[in-house]
Amino acid sequence: MSDTLELRLLYFARLREAMGRAQETVQVPRTVTNLGQLRAWLIARGEPWDQAFARVQPVRIALDQVVGHDDTPLRADAEVAFFPPVTGG
Amino acid sequence: MAESGSLQVRVQEADFDPGQETEALRGRATGALVSFVGIAREFSESFSVERITLEHYPGMTERCLEDIGRQALARWSLQAVRIIHRYGELQPGDRIVLVATASTHRDAAFDACRFIIDFLKTEAPFWKRESGPGGARWVEAKPSDDQARERWQDPAADTAPARK
Repeated sequence: MSDTLELRLLYFARLREAMGRAQETVQVPRTVTNLGQLRAWLIARGEPWDQAFARVQPVRIALDQVVGHDDTPLRADAEVAFFPPVTGG
Repeated sequence: MAESGSLQVRVQEADFDPGQETEALRGRATGALVSFVGIAREFSESFSVERITLEHYPGMTERCLEDIGRQALARWSLQAVRIIHRYGELQPGDRIVLVATASTHRDAAFDACRFIIDFLKTEAPFWKRESGPGGARWVEAKPSDDQARERWQDPAADTAPARK
């Protein structure tokens, strides 16, 4: 088993603008096991994640297109999306 | 009546004809058709709006709307549900969303329609960006939308007999 997880990250709306990108692929250490830890790990990487997550609050997280919570477990090759509260309709 | 009603979800750039889309749900046992049409406003608070850009999360959007539609079909006795939501560039006065329901009786059709739009507003991954003479801004989520959704957490909130 590899010691990292590959994840595809997506950013939407205000967070996409703050990040300056709509998506990226990251290699996350296996010690990062859930969505809350993933967000903390990204913020700890510094620019641009720390600034973007500080500027846009709150941020919702979806795992494989289903809204998750801080304790939702990660899985390999998952698609994780970060976005502000929704404003459709 | 069918054991469970039919559900159609469409996420599209194109406009739609609310009358045609609602009439399409009519079946032999239909006694009530209800539709809600959401329209882009010219003013949001005091901000003058010339253009609205609707961003969405392709894939999750369809999945989320289908899930909300299925919840409505499970909770009320319905013959059909149709949900259409637009994305892309819109102008004030343009239609944004349609929710239409068909049932034997009006209570189920009204309640299910309201349930679907209340859930859609707080769950479906769409984001509105407004632009006008005052610049451009992302629309903020409203606490009143969360409250509208919370209402439905208590099944006793249904005014219609809940199950078939």
